[in-house]
Amino acid sequence: MMNNSILSQRRWFGFITRLIMSISVGISASLVLFMIIYLLVKGIHNVSWELISTKPSYINDQIGILPDILNTLYIVFMTLVIVIPLGVGSAIYLTEYARNKKIVSIIEYATETLSAIPSIIYGLVGMLIFANSFGTSLTAGALTLAIMNLPTIIRTTQESLKTVPMSFREGGFGLGAGKWRVVRTIVLPCCADGVVTGTILSVGRILGESAALLFTAGFAHSLNGVLDAFKEPGATLTVALYVYAKEQGEFEVAFAIAMILMLLNILINFAVILVQKIFSRR
Amino acid sequence: MKKTDLIEKIIHAIFFVIGFLTVMCVLLITGYLIVSGIPAIKEIGIVNFLFGNQWKPTANNPTYGILPFILTSVYGISGAILLGAPIGFMTALYLSKFASRKVKSIMQFAISLLAGIPSVVYGLIGMLVLIPGIKSSFRLSDGASLLAAIIVLSIIILPSMVKMSIDALDQVPKEYEHASLALGATAYETYFKISVPAARSGLVAALVLGVGRAIGEAMAVMMVAGNVANMPTSIFQSVRFLTTAIASEMAYSSGLQRQALFSIALVLFLFIMMINAIFNYFLKKDKD
Amino acid sequence: MKDIISVKKLSLWYGYNQALKNINLDIPKNSITAFIGPSGCGKSTFIKTLNRMNDLIPEVKIKGEVRYSGMDIYSEDVDINNLRKNIGMVFQKPNPFPMSIYDNIAYGPITHGIRKRSTLDEIVERSLRDAAIWEEVKDRLKKNALSLSGGQQQRLCIARALAVQPEILLMDEPTSALDPISTSRIEELVVDLKRRYTIVMVTHNMQQALRVSDYTAFFLLGELVEFGKTDDIFSRPVNRKTEDYITGRFG
Repeated sequence: MMNNSILSQRRWFGFITRLIMSISVGISASLVLFMIIYLLVKGIHNVSWELISTKPSYINDQIGILPDILNTLYIVFMTLVIVIPLGVGSAIYLTEYARNKKIVSIIEYATETLSAIPSIIYGLVGMLIFANSFGTSLTAGALTLAIMNLPTIIRTTQESLKTVPMSFREGGFGLGAGKWRVVRTIVLPCCADGVVTGTILSVGRILGESAALLFTAGFAHSLNGVLDAFKEPGATLTVALYVYAKEQGEFEVAFAIAMILMLLNILINFAVILVQKIFSRR
Repeated sequence: MKKTDLIEKIIHAIFFVIGFLTVMCVLLITGYLIVSGIPAIKEIGIVNFLFGNQWKPTANNPTYGILPFILTSVYGISGAILLGAPIGFMTALYLSKFASRKVKSIMQFAISLLAGIPSVVYGLIGMLVLIPGIKSSFRLSDGASLLAAIIVLSIIILPSMVKMSIDALDQVPKEYEHASLALGATAYETYFKISVPAARSGLVAALVLGVGRAIGEAMAVMMVAGNVANMPTSIFQSVRFLTTAIASEMAYSSGLQRQALFSIALVLFLFIMMINAIFNYFLKKDKD
Repeated sequence: MKDIISVKKLSLWYGYNQALKNINLDIPKNSITAFIGPSGCGKSTFIKTLNRMNDLIPEVKIKGEVRYSGMDIYSEDVDINNLRKNIGMVFQKPNPFPMSIYDNIAYGPITHGIRKRSTLDEIVERSLRDAAIWEEVKDRLKKNALSLSGGQQQRLCIARALAVQPEILLMDEPTSALDPISTSRIEELVVDLKRRYTIVMVTHNMQQALRVSDYTAFFLLGELVEFGKTDDIFSRPVNRKTEDYITGRFG
């Protein structure tokens, strides 16, 4: 026979855990809602066409974030141009060329280590290596970010390379094609989804990065031509947010930037899902 | 025939070099940190550096003790874990075991949105919501404090911990759970006594990942912690973390002070390497 | 003999797909009843309706009634955990918990409120003896259960089910993942357990049904085609389809 006190004890356990669980989920969910709504409400009336289309001017006493937007675009572009070929190449070496298991595990361990290093340390080392040789500039920033994002591209590419069936490669070799030809014509096209996903994730990380850029790309707000920009220091949107909020107390501008960053974040997350849907349908 | 062989060999060599890029980067970073971090430690003395409780690099008689930063980081991270881990863990348990598929995928999307918000945005909201809130509810002269940093950190580490805990709990074989239910255990008893222990290493790895992220976070903490090199004696005190110590003085420092900042980076790096090793240990254990 | 389970007009749907069609069946106490039939015939689905394990699958709809000792197990005031305590289950694949042998057996009794160490020790020993595995594991009760062989694991799972003192033991193809020697040990065990428990067993192996069971039910495409004494079913089946199946004309 079931003992009554035990039965009520078991009911209590269920009740308490359900309660704690509901509270936790409630906190997590409301945190997301709060962030989105708060940033939209605070940001929406601070964003104006004037803000995003001009540069800051002390004479007119106005703030514009156009230079920061352009710097962000430049640095995203340059980082991707560097990191994609290297990351994809690394992944190809790991899955297609490397035969020694020990070498593979060393490289994989190094890749994990890279992704665990905090961005402030990247900023410091980036300053020592890149800013000292190229000057504090978008180039130094992009090179630093390229190393930071290497693990992301390698991992997503590697994951999608692993799903390419062995028979595809065997089919190529069976026709007498060389290794490089098989990799180039058969394997590479199959890992497009991994590269695209990795690229989107990297863009997200670059947009959110600040600590690694502060001492490598600096925090200038000057408007430069496309070619000059890479030689000059410049703040990305995220760095600009930090500078406006912490150093200058310009919270309206900071919130405008925060809203833009939040919208980009939402866009990026939808893009990841979209890419996964498109490629899984194939 | 010979020519194509040569090309293949060259291409193989190119991929080999690219493949070792990450290894070279790790070695380079480690090397640079050691080379630039050791001199100041030598000059200050390792005991004075690690256990000195005063950081006054610009005083007439400068002292370079980083114990306040180390303790602040340790306390701050412990606090963030104490606050964030239970919430993250219970959220993950609900989403993995109880939620419908629809609720689960919506919440997973929401969690990844949270993960994608730049840390300076958390810092900004912390400055404008958290700091005034702490100031008025505890009647302090300034709300920028260890407590504010703990709360911001616990939010920053939440998404990655939830995500990883869900992965760990999802991997528990359904057979275990069915066997427990068939013995007359309730769903709650089953998930707590069978699923959670079975996912133990993955859950610990999620925790360690959270610790790693919290240790490395710089900008958000810089915006809310008050950034004064106090010994952390109360959660309402203005404090400085290891990361923020580097970031806040790097721009204008020189000489021994600058070198000492590199030494702090080296200490931070060693912390991270240690945590990474622990993380890998638990992850590997999970796979066996 | 008294019937312990009585099923009336039972139908089950997975979404729009009807998996069980109007099943009527009475299971006598202290007997072994075997469910046979080709894969996908509904025999596994049916055995899971007897302890409501189908509740775990979303979109399952059940009509009709299942009475256990006269009580409708699908009525609202039934305590499902108590029901599953009384109607134990052994699964197709051995599924010991990833913990020690002792803890595996003690898990059920502890769940149902037994905390006294000496009582637990007794239950563990008795259950392991009943499942004919005590001699093999008595010196390593603290060892992880996953270190046992497949056949030992399955006997451990039987012991685990016995530890909560059920009346009925449901076994869903308990030997399909095992080698012939382990299989015959489990068959001997099942026959032995019949004295104290009622056993219901799904099997894909007709020799096994013939060797161990008292009653046999033949399922086909979600319908119960024939049910009766095992000897009768195998020697003079009434239905043509049953005859075709047991003589191996389809399977």
